[in-house]
Amino acid sequence: MRVLGLDIGSRSVDAVWLQDGRIVDWEVADSGFDPGSVAAVFVDRGAHDAIVSTGYGRHGARERFGGTAVTEITAYGAGASVLFPDAASVLDIGGQDTKVISLGPSGKVIDFEMNDKCAAGTGKFLEVMARALGFTLGEMATAAMIAASGVAISSMCTVFAESEVTGLVHKGEDRARIARGLHESIAKRTLGSLKRVSARGPLVFAGGVAKNPAMVALIAEGFAGEVLVPVEAQIVGAFGAALSCPQDPAPRMT
Amino acid sequence: MSDQAVDYHPVWTELGLDLAAHDALLRAVGELFGDAYLTQQNRPQGMDYLNFVMSEVHGLRIKELDDYRKSGGTVFGTFCLYVPEEIIRAAGGWCVGLCAGAEFAYDQVEQIMPRNTCALIKSFMGFKLAKVCPYIESADLVIGETTCDGKKKAYELLGDIHNVYVMELPQMKREQDLAMWRGEIRALMAKVEEVTGNTITAESLKASIKEVNDKRRALQRIAATRAADPAPISGKDALLATQVAFYDDVPRFTQMMNALADELEARVAAGEGVAPKGAKRVLVTGTPMALPNWKLHDIIEKAGAVVVGEEMCTGSRYYQDLVSEDASTLDAMVDDIAEKYLDINCACFTPNQGRLDDVVRMAKELGADGVIDYSLQFCGLYEMESNAVEKTVRDAGFPVLKITTDYSMEDVGQLATRVEAFLEIL
Repeated sequence: MRVLGLDIGSRSVDAVWLQDGRIVDWEVADSGFDPGSVAAVFVDRGAHDAIVSTGYGRHGARERFGGTAVTEITAYGAGASVLFPDAASVLDIGGQDTKVISLGPSGKVIDFEMNDKCAAGTGKFLEVMARALGFTLGEMATAAMIAASGVAISSMCTVFAESEVTGLVHKGEDRARIARGLHESIAKRTLGSLKRVSARGPLVFAGGVAKNPAMVALIAEGFAGEVLVPVEAQIVGAFGAALSCPQDPAPRMT
Repeated sequence: MSDQAVDYHPVWTELGLDLAAHDALLRAVGELFGDAYLTQQNRPQGMDYLNFVMSEVHGLRIKELDDYRKSGGTVFGTFCLYVPEEIIRAAGGWCVGLCAGAEFAYDQVEQIMPRNTCALIKSFMGFKLAKVCPYIESADLVIGETTCDGKKKAYELLGDIHNVYVMELPQMKREQDLAMWRGEIRALMAKVEEVTGNTITAESLKASIKEVNDKRRALQRIAATRAADPAPISGKDALLATQVAFYDDVPRFTQMMNALADELEARVAAGEGVAPKGAKRVLVTGTPMALPNWKLHDIIEKAGAVVVGEEMCTGSRYYQDLVSEDASTLDAMVDDIAEKYLDINCACFTPNQGRLDDVVRMAKELGADGVIDYSLQFCGLYEMESNAVEKTVRDAGFPVLKITTDYSMEDVGQLATRVEAFLEIL
């Protein structure tokens, strides 16, 4: 049976085609203003027997394409524990959500924490800050890696932090030190979340922000345990969704 | 259901409501109710009564209050369980809850109170300032209580524009606190007697104790049926019953709820339910959910689970304890009332072990698979106590999810993800 896993997120739509538990193909596309239609392109290929959707667009996708839906929490848990059978916890920093998940021995989700309604400390936050500093995302991460120390950023709210950054720029503060300070503040907040769900190592760091080497380095430095980053960190959700496909591909009533 | 033939605009005009704003509010609540309630499957027939009450919540009931006042009756508006309905009814008064469950006119509210005030307080003030709550406009006197700093100060602001009397609630449950509380109940009696012009007698108080206990007994019967799997009634419907208990005519409501309980008991005997047997069962605990706040229950139940209990003021705290019916003298009855009401486990007390015990006991008795702890943002008391709730519930072996939210709909997507993920791990 070939299963299409769709992760319809705020920044990207990710698709994974799974044949008997093995990835045969995958795609990542920008969500744009109409993520449902972006996903429809993948569905229209017709190369699947069943669909499982996750991400904030999961219910819309289930209504539109049929199949089943699981939350990102379950999907990331499943994906991470198949990629890394020893994984004890998962960190997913996506476009507008941060999730920390603590896994049981069989890869089952035991506990999780997710940020509230604002985008504090997420991919979106980094995008806004990079723009305020006149960096691309990549440049900002590099600058953060090079800076010897970071400026303390007290605000985690995207709007307030942007004003704080603007204020620091006007005071003539070094951009690289600000960039490092921003990464450090996200790392500190994330490590606090990990502590609250009693996350143990090895920790799988997935989601779009796991592609940011400065974030990975800071998390690895602050976390008491091994930190693993999948090669394609962005598609762990879609992979996990496909893995969560019930045996019977008929739509499940929930 | 109402055929909407009756036009209540004359009554609303007389009460001084802002008709255009009020019409808009009723439309919004109607839509919300339709989406949350009328889409449910397998509802008990007894819910027809509550559907009817909801369709007439600002109509027929307001007309009843109007007629009652015109015949010399006095209406008391309350916000909180600690105001004893028995005392008000013993003086021939009627007690109604006040609108505090939806976001309304926050722009006006934020001119007089801080933005970071809890939704419940902002809501009641918004309804008052925008003149869209016919209950507060029907209330000859609003009786407040000092259950939190926000409300305490809000009553001062409300006092500028409405008739308000405030009871002082102790914050501990020691002997000296009970003594103080007995004094507060007696002071309330004097106030109620003065406003109504009627005297409270041993006979009238005995009768009202019985009457209000009967209302609680009917709600207890409904609550008990929810321990069955499949649950015979949705959490949303059971929550609505408790919410309406604050507004409705007492004997009529009691009769209708007993009829609903009869039906639910028959459903349990027949193994009939609202959700399939084996559906995930959730106990909700935390801050009260004032009408029409159905947000969390709606998310939980639309995700396929069923809420089997509410450890909250719009739940078990409202009906689980009765006032003793043994006393024969007025003084002894008043003492019984004081004792019963001080027993309610609000987070405004310290310590508040009773609430923690109740949550665990209810989770066990109702066969809950997990507990969701619900706090309104900026409710310092419940947000603070949340930590103890989480620890206690976890130690008792139940998974727990903490939710902090308000009345806005902007976080519904994220809450749904958290609730669904929680259900997936149960």
